[in-house]
Amino acid sequence: MSILAEVIVSALIIIGAVFLLVGSWGMIRMPELMTRLHAPTKATTLGVGGTLLASIAYFLAAEGVFSIHELLISMFLFLSAPITAHFLAKAYMHSRLKAGELPRPDGKGWSTYDKPAGAESGEAPPRDTL
Amino acid sequence: MIAHALTFAFSAISLALLMNLWSVVRGPSILDRVLAIDTMVINVIALIILYGISEQTPVYFEAALIFAMFGFVSTVAYAKFVLRGDIIE
Repeated sequence: MSILAEVIVSALIIIGAVFLLVGSWGMIRMPELMTRLHAPTKATTLGVGGTLLASIAYFLAAEGVFSIHELLISMFLFLSAPITAHFLAKAYMHSRLKAGELPRPDGKGWSTYDKPAGAESGEAPPRDTL
Repeated sequence: MIAHALTFAFSAISLALLMNLWSVVRGPSILDRVLAIDTMVINVIALIILYGISEQTPVYFEAALIFAMFGFVSTVAYAKFVLRGDIIE
């Protein structure tokens, strides 16, 4: 394995590890959940992306095979991290905040606080069960 | 050089896992704990991948993939449970 490949793999490993550490530290440091969502969902995904790139580079340099597993994991994580953050933020909003307490984007309010379709006829269950 | 980088990464991720454990214990709300466990799953995925590099075998990717799927599904199920009081309606 050439020295250039070793430097690239080591740099990617260290960048990934530092981002993972920063993400976990930010979750301790931030004051409440909506700011706390920021640290893990961005920094930790970047950290796992760094380690996955390091793994691709390592197996490409050491064994000469381009392994596709890592891309599968990173694709899955990049797709699922925003969905997780969205669900957590939505659960937090419905358990803690009223519709009037939030900033209004363009005068229309937040669609998650609207009545669901069919609520007039009484088919849909109540929105907020907490 | 890679061995030293791996040692640094293992200690950094172990420290990150301890911080996640502290977040789980501290809370204060249930959603903070769910977020901390989700971050813990992501740290464990990175740890498994780095262990695969240090053992020089690609066997562990399937384990990392299963962790990724399981962590995502469990986090969404827990958030849905907090939101609606039910998972599958």
